[in-house]
Amino acid sequence: MSGTPTPFAFRKHIGWCLLLLGALWSAAAHALSPEDAWALAEGDTATRIEALHRLALSDSQRAHDLIRALAREAVQVQGQQVLIADHGRWIDATTGAAVDGAGASAVMLNNRLRNALEQSLALLDLFDPDPMRQQAAAQRLRESQLTRPDPVLAAQIERALSPPYGQRLAAPARLVLEQAQAVVRLGSSDAPQRLAAAQVLAELGQPLVRNRLAEQLERESDPAVQQALRTAVAAIDRSLALAEVVRQVFAGISLGSILLLVALGLAITYGLLGVINMAHGELIMIGAYATFVVHALFQQFLPGWFEWYLLAALPIAFMASALVGALMERGVIRWLYGRPLETLLATWGISLILIQLVRSTFGAQNVAVVSPQWMSGGVEVMSGLTLPWNRIFIIAFAAAVVIGVALFIGRTRMGLFVRGVTQNRPMAACMGVNTARVDTLAFAFGSGIAGLAGVAVSQIGNVAPDLGQQYIIDSFMVVVLGGVGQLAGTVYAAMGLGVVNKFIEGWAGAVLAKIAVLVLIILIIQKRPQGLFALKGRSA
Amino acid sequence: MTDITRSDLYSLTVPSKPLFGRAGWSAFLSAALVVCVVVPVLNLWVPEGHALHMSDFMVGLLGKILTYAICALAIGMIWGQAGILSLGHGLFFALGGYVMGMYLMRQIGADGVYGSALPDFMVFLGWTELPWFWALSHSFVATLLLVVLVPGGLAFLFGYLAFRSRITGVYFSIITQALTLAAMLLFFRNETGFGGNNGFTDFRRILGFPLASEEMRVILFAVSGITLLGFVLLARWLLLSKFGRVLHAIRDAESRVMFCGYNPLHYKLSIWVISAAMCGVAGALYVPQVGIINPSEMSPANSIEMAVWAAVGGRTSLIGPIVGAFVVNGAKSVLTVSFPEFWLFFLGALFIVVTLFMPNGLAGLAKQTWNRFRGVRT
Repeated sequence: MSGTPTPFAFRKHIGWCLLLLGALWSAAAHALSPEDAWALAEGDTATRIEALHRLALSDSQRAHDLIRALAREAVQVQGQQVLIADHGRWIDATTGAAVDGAGASAVMLNNRLRNALEQSLALLDLFDPDPMRQQAAAQRLRESQLTRPDPVLAAQIERALSPPYGQRLAAPARLVLEQAQAVVRLGSSDAPQRLAAAQVLAELGQPLVRNRLAEQLERESDPAVQQALRTAVAAIDRSLALAEVVRQVFAGISLGSILLLVALGLAITYGLLGVINMAHGELIMIGAYATFVVHALFQQFLPGWFEWYLLAALPIAFMASALVGALMERGVIRWLYGRPLETLLATWGISLILIQLVRSTFGAQNVAVVSPQWMSGGVEVMSGLTLPWNRIFIIAFAAAVVIGVALFIGRTRMGLFVRGVTQNRPMAACMGVNTARVDTLAFAFGSGIAGLAGVAVSQIGNVAPDLGQQYIIDSFMVVVLGGVGQLAGTVYAAMGLGVVNKFIEGWAGAVLAKIAVLVLIILIIQKRPQGLFALKGRSA
Repeated sequence: MTDITRSDLYSLTVPSKPLFGRAGWSAFLSAALVVCVVVPVLNLWVPEGHALHMSDFMVGLLGKILTYAICALAIGMIWGQAGILSLGHGLFFALGGYVMGMYLMRQIGADGVYGSALPDFMVFLGWTELPWFWALSHSFVATLLLVVLVPGGLAFLFGYLAFRSRITGVYFSIITQALTLAAMLLFFRNETGFGGNNGFTDFRRILGFPLASEEMRVILFAVSGITLLGFVLLARWLLLSKFGRVLHAIRDAESRVMFCGYNPLHYKLSIWVISAAMCGVAGALYVPQVGIINPSEMSPANSIEMAVWAAVGGRTSLIGPIVGAFVVNGAKSVLTVSFPEFWLFFLGALFIVVTLFMPNGLAGLAKQTWNRFRGVRT
């Protein structure tokens, strides 16, 4: 709380306010009188709610603590003293001194009081110094006005927007709160107020708001307000439609970035060796389990750094999958060159062994990977459309991986060798490229990228031994569609498949969308058997 | 590839060799005897407890494996002879099974839980009449035709599109895999009209005879065995003919075959459709024996397992895949009971070992051993 003394303007409580004003000037700016504490804890419900509303808008830190404690039902009374349970001990609500809580009895809460408490908590947060909390609180108040209008809270919102308090609101929170106010004013008897409210709410593209506006339109008598309401409803309809399109495009890009991550490694190994690695999905699974292990180790040994375990998981997952990939290449795939169909079966065998190995080690059940705090929640890009952070991070991560791979393939000496061997193996060998070494390293690199994909998918879905199976055919389809030899082909194919999939899903359901996409791919291959973006030339 | 001599070239034009030699025919006839006489006698007439008695479980298991062997033979035809690896034969198997399952569902009549003439799942979904594609399901003759035509038709459509645009190798394999995955997703839906993820089960009778009798079990076993033997004859005849020679040539050097004036499309499409139809028949024999069909039969893993039966037995030989189906499934029924957690290790290792060390499978191994044995003798 900022310690600035603020003049109170409640006509109703003017005497009390003057008293408090004096208190605010003094050093004990956070004081809470025993009478107020008692009024909140005991007595008839109406008085308690009245005390609650008064204390919620006061500047007293102790009063706020008491309200929060009451909301989590950690308040007891002992004689005339009000106590708060705090980390296993009892403290006096007015003085903050530790006391012996023997013989205290819990205060009663009824539903009316609970609702009032919930709203008061939002009011408390409204004046929190943190603008994010302010905004969240304002949003809560707005929702509650939309779902169950409450005259008392409406008055509190009016009050919170009025000069002494309103200055403390950050701009975004203020905007949201004004919308909440507009929801209230929509039902006012004053036509200009209704008109202004309709104009404010037109900006708020939410289905609930649209319903309220439409309701009001039915009983509205003033023609000017009717016109404004109609415009507002139309505006909301437009913005809802736009939000839907944006949502689908975002969902498509999000799916596409997952597809890209899981297919990128496969495209490299397929392009290089001409064999499909059926164990690619299991390399993703290994990456996800590596993430799980790192996550568990952080939980156990470095709880303070837990938020950042993903950063540690990235190199470890990469190395784990790359190591398994290198072993696979050296142990099995190398001996099957020139026999791609057999390689298909052998790698399938490897995938079965890997699945059973992980199942025997970690158990057949899903393991829980908790996402760090900073990946939860979302950002509201437009009203009625919140994009989850974890999806945004994965899109950014996929972009970073693609850039990394592009730099590796395009700018390094090893990348040059990989391109050379991909395009013309015998010629590259003649030029002195050690193709066997390139094969192993590139295969390990592609596998490592699968491991990175595993880190990403561990954040959005279940981690189980058969995790890889659900991604494998999708990633094949990306490679088939995109062709090999060009990174761009894989990117376009993944993004295209993701967006098309989500759009079809919008009107036909997930299963039919998947089937439609598979059929589409089969038809596209009719025209472009080597994929949409295959290298042109004699070697392709 | 072997060098072609002048006499070989002549042999392309002269009528081909007899199907089997003396030893081949006697092996074939004794197999037929085992299937039609020995097993039924051991199961039905040798009393239980006798050392030679064959249990009902054993007959059921062997009958099931016989249908798998048909699939393995079909995979061997397409992969071993034409060089096309299909990872979607489970789809054709399941389609044949579903066609037979529809007939068996209709045979339940009004004996279902809801006592309706409609199959139970339709009553459950609130449907009042059969969808149009159930129209022929009451007729056994139509069912027999559809068992061949449905998988064959789908294979024709898919194969025509794929082979025409010259999709080969791993591309073809993974597209067949995608196809069976798509079909599985489709069949999982209740709205598709095939019982959703429960599929069809609770069959009562076939052709009016109860399905759950000892005699019916033996009859189905024998029919499966005879069908398998019939398909072996068919495959042998196909492969000894000019058709088979061209197929081998396509497998070994497709471009050269084209330059010689052949259109590989017709040959590949023919063997592909025949192979799919064989799998459909196998599925139709499988369903009444196990009493259930559901979309998990179409899962990509099942189709890949079929490929490994053929690989283990030796895909280039005719008998090899059949032997492979028996060996792998025998091992499966033993291992999944006694060491369930080792089955996947075993299966995975099998995939690797066979591809790495036994490119011609058990049949190749046997041939090698036989040659060495003879070499030592002479």
